[in-house]
Amino acid sequence: MLWDWGYTWEILPILARASLLTVQVTILGFALAATFGLLLAILRMSRSPWIAAPTAGFVEFVRSTPLLIQIAFIYFVLPGFGITLGAMTAGLLALGMHYGTYCSEVYRAGLANIPRGQWEASTALNLSAFHTFRDVIIPQAIPPVVPALGNYLIALFKETPLLSAIAVLELMQTAKILGSENFRYTEPITLVGLFFLVFSLVTALLVRQFERWLYRRGGLA
Amino acid sequence: MSDRSTGTARQPMVRFENVTKSYGAFTVLDELNLDIAAGEKVAIIGPSGSGKTTVLRMLMTLETINGGVIWVDGEPLTHVERNGQLVPADMRHLRRIRGKIGMVFQHFNLFPHMTALKNCMEAPVTVLKMPKREAEERARELLAMVGLGEKLGHYPSQLSGGQQQRVAIARALAMRPKVMLFDEVTSALDPELVGEVLNVIRKLGSELDVTMLMVTHQMGFAKEFADRVCFFYGGKIAEQGPPAQLFGAPENERTRQFLSAVLEAT
Repeated sequence: MLWDWGYTWEILPILARASLLTVQVTILGFALAATFGLLLAILRMSRSPWIAAPTAGFVEFVRSTPLLIQIAFIYFVLPGFGITLGAMTAGLLALGMHYGTYCSEVYRAGLANIPRGQWEASTALNLSAFHTFRDVIIPQAIPPVVPALGNYLIALFKETPLLSAIAVLELMQTAKILGSENFRYTEPITLVGLFFLVFSLVTALLVRQFERWLYRRGGLA
Repeated sequence: MSDRSTGTARQPMVRFENVTKSYGAFTVLDELNLDIAAGEKVAIIGPSGSGKTTVLRMLMTLETINGGVIWVDGEPLTHVERNGQLVPADMRHLRRIRGKIGMVFQHFNLFPHMTALKNCMEAPVTVLKMPKREAEERARELLAMVGLGEKLGHYPSQLSGGQQQRVAIARALAMRPKVMLFDEVTSALDPELVGEVLNVIRKLGSELDVTMLMVTHQMGFAKEFADRVCFFYGGKIAEQGPPAQLFGAPENERTRQFLSAVLEAT
C-alpha cells in the first residue's frame, strides 16, 4: 500500500507538536530578524563611515554565505571560542542574523523613499534623532515594505528545516526520526510538506491583512 | 559692515555675520551681513538662485555654513564661546538655540500619518516634554486660530493645500518660536488658496510678538506686511529698505529690472 492511513493518524499528533516548535522558531527568528534588520539599516545610514562601512560589509558577508554554514558555525565552531549555545538558541541566532541582513535591505529601500521634507520638518521642530526615527520616519517607511518583509517571513519559515542539521526537533527532524523508526517516509515527509504549504498560504494572507490594517491606521490608504 | 540695518541699540534677534555658503566652487552667499531686530518682519525677495532660501535654511540648521557666524538672540547658533573663541558647538547647544526658531516650508512637509491635531502635538510632547493634555489643548487653540478648529482629526491627505499649510503654521507655532521662517509658503498653492494662508500670517503678525523672516514671491503681500524688504542678487543683498522705498523708488538697477519683470508676469 502506498499510503497508510493508520500510520498517518498515529504520527499526526507527534508532527503537530513538532509543528508548534517550527512556528515558534519562525516567529522568534523573524522577530529577531525584523529588529536586527532595522538596526542594521539605520546604522548603515550613519554619516560616519566608521559605522556605515563595517555595517555594509557585515550585511554583504552574511548574505553571501549559506545559512546552513552559519548555523553550523554558530553551533559547532563558536564553542571553540568559549561561546557554547544550545541548539535552539544557536538556530534562532543564525536565522535572525541571516534574515536580518535581508530585512535590512528592505528597510533601507523604505527609508530611502521618505521625502527629504520629512527629515527637514523634523529638524525644524527640533525632534531628536530617536524621535525622528520612531515617530516620523519608521511609521512611514514600514507600511510600504510589509509585503517584502512578509516574503522573507515565509522564506525564513521554509528554511527552518535547516535546523535539523543541529538536531533541533522541528518538523523535518521529527519526520526523519519517525521515518527511520518505522521504515516509512512517505507519510511523515508528505505531511511536513503539506503543513508548510498550508502555513505559507495562511501567512501570506495574514501579511496582506496586516498591510491593509497598517495603511488604514496611518491614514495613508 | 555695509549691509547692517538701521542701527538700533538693542541686540538683534538674528544676526548674520560675514556668513558664507558655497557648494564646491559655486558661492551661494558671499559674506552676508544682516541684522533682524526682535519683532521685525523682513521679506526676502530676489530671482531664483540668488541665495534667498539658503538664508532661511542656514538659520534653521538645514544647511551648514562655510564661514562666518549666525547669532540668535545673542548666542551663536552653531558655535559656543570658549576662552574668548568661537568653537563648533555640540548637539545639545544646537538644539537649544534651534528651539527658538520655527519654519514653514513651501511643500508643507506635514507628517502624513498623523492627524492635524497630532502634527501639532508631536514636538511639544517629545521635545518640550509637555503633558499630552496640555499639548492637545494648545494644539486645539492654535488650529482654531488658523481657522481649522473643525479639522482636528483630518489627515493631511484629506485637507486642501491651503489647509495643510495652515496646519504647518500651527505646528511650528506650537513650539513657541521667537523667530518664524516662511519659505515661499504660498508657491505650491493654487491661486485661490493663497489668500487664506496670507491672512493667517497677517493675523500672526498682529497678534503675536514673533520675529518673522519670509522668502516670498508675493510682492503685494511683502509691500503691505513687511517692515523691511531685502532684495538678494548673486549671493548678496543688492538693496534693502522699507517696502515703500524699495518698491516705490528702487535705487539699484538690478532691483528695478527684477521688479519690472515680476510686475510683467502678474
